[in-house]
Amino acid sequence: METFLTILLDGLQFSSYLFIVSAGLTIIFGVMKILNVCHGSFYAWGAYTAAFFIGKFSDMGLPDALGFLIIIAAAIVVGVVLGLIIEQGILKHMYHRDEVLIVLATFGLFLVLEDIILIAFGTDPYFAYQPMALLESVEMGGVIRDVYGLTLIGVATFVAVGCWLLLNKTKWGVILKAVIFDREMGISMGINVPFVYTLTFIGGAILGGLGGAYIAPTISVAPGLGTEVIVLSFAVVVVGGMGSIAGAAIGSLIIGLLRALAVHELPQVELFVVFAVMAIVLVFRPEGLFAPAKPRKI
Amino acid sequence: MTSAAPILQVRDLLKTFGAVVAAKDINIDVSKGEIVGIIGANGAGKTCFVNMVTGYLAPTAGSIVFEGTELVGKGPREVTHAGISRSFQVSQVFHSMTVEENLRIALAIAENRGVNALRLMESDALEAKCSDVLRRYKLEPHKHMTVSVLSQGIRKLLDIAMAVVSEPRILLLDEPTSGISVEEKFDFMDVVMGALKEDNVTVLFVEHDMEIVERYVSRVLAFYQGEIIADMAPDKALADNKVREFVIGKRH
Amino acid sequence: MLRDTTSKVVLFGGIAIILLGAIMPNWIVNQLMFGFSRALAILGLLVLWRTGLVSFGHAFYFGLGAYTVAIVDIQLGVTDVFVRLFGGAIIAGIAGFIIGFIMRNYRDIFFAMLNTAISMVLYGIIVKTESLGSTDGFAISLPTIFGIAPETKYPLFIIITMIAMISALLINFYLKTTVGRLTTPIRDNEIRVEYLGFSVAHAIHLKYTISAVLAGGAGALMAMSLGQVDPDSMINWTVSGELVFITILSGPGNVIAPFIGSLVFEVLRTYAFELAPQAWQLIVGATFLTVIFFLPGGIWSLIAKLGRKKS
Repeated sequence: METFLTILLDGLQFSSYLFIVSAGLTIIFGVMKILNVCHGSFYAWGAYTAAFFIGKFSDMGLPDALGFLIIIAAAIVVGVVLGLIIEQGILKHMYHRDEVLIVLATFGLFLVLEDIILIAFGTDPYFAYQPMALLESVEMGGVIRDVYGLTLIGVATFVAVGCWLLLNKTKWGVILKAVIFDREMGISMGINVPFVYTLTFIGGAILGGLGGAYIAPTISVAPGLGTEVIVLSFAVVVVGGMGSIAGAAIGSLIIGLLRALAVHELPQVELFVVFAVMAIVLVFRPEGLFAPAKPRKI
Repeated sequence: MTSAAPILQVRDLLKTFGAVVAAKDINIDVSKGEIVGIIGANGAGKTCFVNMVTGYLAPTAGSIVFEGTELVGKGPREVTHAGISRSFQVSQVFHSMTVEENLRIALAIAENRGVNALRLMESDALEAKCSDVLRRYKLEPHKHMTVSVLSQGIRKLLDIAMAVVSEPRILLLDEPTSGISVEEKFDFMDVVMGALKEDNVTVLFVEHDMEIVERYVSRVLAFYQGEIIADMAPDKALADNKVREFVIGKRH
Repeated sequence: MLRDTTSKVVLFGGIAIILLGAIMPNWIVNQLMFGFSRALAILGLLVLWRTGLVSFGHAFYFGLGAYTVAIVDIQLGVTDVFVRLFGGAIIAGIAGFIIGFIMRNYRDIFFAMLNTAISMVLYGIIVKTESLGSTDGFAISLPTIFGIAPETKYPLFIIITMIAMISALLINFYLKTTVGRLTTPIRDNEIRVEYLGFSVAHAIHLKYTISAVLAGGAGALMAMSLGQVDPDSMINWTVSGELVFITILSGPGNVIAPFIGSLVFEVLRTYAFELAPQAWQLIVGATFLTVIFFLPGGIWSLIAKLGRKKS
């Protein structure tokens, strides 16, 4: 029972952070039809920025509770700055080109951003445990958990509900859904598509940064961070269906829970299981479990 | 025409999409050498019929026998191999290649089936055939031009030329003159039908333009709501009451 | 088969390089061995890239070739260079042929991603399996040639260069066959290709298998040149990315391009590690973006331009 609860909570926590990152990736894909490899960099930059300032503030003797503010600020700053530079500086000039070529360009960007991290923050790991220490831990059904980790589930739920409300209850949602369904239709409806693209990319980048910033206190922030998360969130959006928020949620749950199960019961298959699921879904449902509807072009 | 067995026999062909009946009770015998015009309003089932004969759509029921071989169950490639080719309403050509390159690859595929596809493509024989087709379809002036910059008329000529390089016994043309200006349409059809006559191909073509039908076909099939309502000589068909009401009436 | 300019350049260029290898310093011979080994995989990716397919997972076949060498060495004590090489290429080819049945139904991003998934499955298995060397990999014994253990690397260099030449000549021939010419046609209009009477699935399956064989051979040669295998430099998705990078850098124009591109890559890497060890990825990434933006035909387009000016 206790093992089960541990697996469940570990899985949910893992799913939560995967979801936050993947939601950003899937929104960008849905609207812009770009599979953004440098999404992993948003995550890494979010983590480094948050960890760096949490450490600095703590050294200066400021209250640890400020850490939460830093996390949110780091996500927004990383998302807006990197998102704006990349979308306006690079991607905007590529929309007319082959989609595979755009993926390759984002891969190039990913490599560049990875090294800029090394140059800016060095190779030594950062530890920003303060916010996590602040919240202490709690006993649940015989299992001791960090409260901070549990709040991650809350944040993911908040992001999921937020996305749902944005898409389904606002004027913005209508515009986004029109562009997601058919870009040409969006243009003919008078939607300023380039502007929607810019905002979407920044929004997605903020979610990527938030994933990294929020997870930072629970891990050692070290080089190679972005590499792992990008392949995992690819798996999530492929399993869920590229461009679907609900798909990202289901995909995160499937992959998060399966991985937690593997880590506890059969650690040898930890990575294997994630990509085996991805390969199986691609083989049987290439569009993913929750692929968004597509317009008929013929 | 001829007393020999028909080259194409269609029996009780049926195609439904859910509750929608796209083709029903279609029975046709086509003899070798016939030029058959298929007419009907939009959505009458003409293109659906062409798609079924050429293996793009699988019929719900019925049979299509070509030269004694059942075609139902075969895909586009197998139908092409059996000896039936088609053109398309919207020309399906390789748009980033030149006219000559389009024809060359079409000829090479027709000549080199199976393992032969691993032989060098270019040869003097291929070049000779290629210039022959370019000449017969009046495509020579455009041969070095990339398809995407050419007019719809030239693309349609190329589309048809590519369909015939495999030397089919039956050719189905889906609205050959759509997208071609009124002034050009007879010139266009003269080129196409002249070239096809040399090859002695049996032709079935879908057409909206009654002037074209009157001028080029030896027999008319009129479709209405998925069924054939008339199967007769063109002069009779154009005078037929049902045809006038359901096919032509709506268009004038 | 050997009458065209490209074949002549490959033939005479290859022989010249083999002869020059005898007097070249060791480090250059090493660079050429790494470069030519990797170029085989790029040659395979070129075949796919011309048809509009980009695989973001060909490290799967590269790694399969490399690990075949390691396993036949450690488990069976096989040291012969040709048995190792063809073993690696054949295993990768069989895997590619089997996986090709699935892969031939995918295009664009789905093709790229499914390849990534499959390569990561293999990566996941290897890093977690002690008997497969886990994250450390294996050291590989020096190869022998017909039972003789060479004292220098020069004989292995000759073999790698000859294999590179033969592969380039074969692919050059393949690209001029009917199925080899089915590149732009498949990218432009698959329906028309089917109606002309050619199976697009079969064409892509063949191309995919060719690319798997070449990537497997490349991995096997690389393993023997390096004298070791490990998952992070042979199978991880970043390796696949590197292969795609070199493909784009080389350009699809000619079978010689992958060899030039791979050598440029090796030189780039050597100097980058010396001058700015922290900025290797940055240099690769920036080069990548520059090529995509300003040199869509890769390095080869520059060479082709020079050639046109002269004639």
